[in-house]
Amino acid sequence: MALNKVVANAEEACKGITNGMTLMLGGFGLCGIPENSIAQLVKLGVNDLTCISNNAGVDDFGLGLLLQNKQIRKMISSYVGENEEFERQMLSGELEVDLIPQGSLAERCRAGGAGIPAFFTPAGYGTEVGEGKEVRIFNGKPHILETALTADFAIVKAWKGDTAGNLIFKATARNFNPMMAMAGTITIAEVEELVPIGHLDPNQIHTPGIFVQRIFQGNSYEKRIEQRTVRKA
Amino acid sequence: MLDKNGIARRIAQELQDGYYVNLGIGIPTLVANYIPQGIDVEFQSENGILGMGPFPVEGSEDPDLINAGKQTITALPGAAYFDSAMSFAMIRGRHVQLTVLGAMEVSQNGDIANWKIPGKMVKGMGGAMDLVASAENIIVAMMHTNKAGESKILPACTLPLTGVGCVKKVVTELAVLEIKDGAFHLLERAPGVSVEQIIAATAGKLVVPDVVPEMNLVD
Repeated sequence: MALNKVVANAEEACKGITNGMTLMLGGFGLCGIPENSIAQLVKLGVNDLTCISNNAGVDDFGLGLLLQNKQIRKMISSYVGENEEFERQMLSGELEVDLIPQGSLAERCRAGGAGIPAFFTPAGYGTEVGEGKEVRIFNGKPHILETALTADFAIVKAWKGDTAGNLIFKATARNFNPMMAMAGTITIAEVEELVPIGHLDPNQIHTPGIFVQRIFQGNSYEKRIEQRTVRKA
Repeated sequence: MLDKNGIARRIAQELQDGYYVNLGIGIPTLVANYIPQGIDVEFQSENGILGMGPFPVEGSEDPDLINAGKQTITALPGAAYFDSAMSFAMIRGRHVQLTVLGAMEVSQNGDIANWKIPGKMVKGMGGAMDLVASAENIIVAMMHTNKAGESKILPACTLPLTGVGCVKKVVTELAVLEIKDGAFHLLERAPGVSVEQIIAATAGKLVVPDVVPEMNLVD
């Protein structure tokens, strides 16, 4: 019998998240972010957080909500360009920020979940990102050593999930969610549709339930679009 | 002199049949509008799609389907979605044949800076550092000078670098430049632009051949 990972709601799912913890949050921009859990973190008022997330939301949505509340001490991200409050806090020194290349960020999360402590990559060699990092030449080309990332809690968002924690993502809302799911000591998955075991095709599972400790169906999803772009019919 | 669409149109001529291509934010995105007749290419967006199609018709936008610039997009038949680690495996593993991206500065040895102005602007590098560190063929699409009229084509970059010795070609509103042997080589002039104008707008070492053809933008 498959294990049951279901919790009632975001409140139950976020139990145990306390001040000073390191969190991973899935999503690219506002696409595929765990909206319900972020709202719960705002409600909990936990602070001094280290958040690992590709972006920091926008000023009034996504992780931007935690930034406005000054709940985040440090961000580990690759791109923060859509958030003025983020840029202000970073330039004023209120917020510690570690900017790392997007591919290195993804691989560092994957490595963290896969038991690989570090790896070499060419990305960032000869730039600020490479400063202080070990350099080795492979195939005649310099590479820098990047270390794995893990988190006390990883919070991801999927399209569908079953009670055993198996997850299926939709379109480009997948992004960082599968790697982060692997790298959390406790991984929370919030899903748009929670189904009984047996209702998802095992061939189609993107994240196997072994990586998920808690799963719940989100109350609602705003799914705000950052750059609505259309063409004439 | 070219406008942004003209720059994109010239870069589109570099596309070859069968290429997988990653287009950066800004002018590079426009390249998709000018794919030459008879050429099949597939666009990769590093947030997790191969086979990116045009923007959606109004009313059919899907918030779960965006490009790396966070714009709503569509997926073409034969498209594939994947996670960020796999996306950068494609990039780092050199499965993407051409990368087109914007820049704030490019130097004569192929260095590029496009992610940070210390003390003023920090947007982050996003996927740019991974892309420039691994791509075999990198074309920079940008304006020749900044808003203050200063050259962005330099002996050495003044801003924090995104990558070293990686840019092969630069297409601006004035010219097509190839970077090799520590210099910019003037390959083509934009329509109506003189060699003197290009020399005046270029701060880095520029090699000018006796004859510099004008770009042919006819399809």
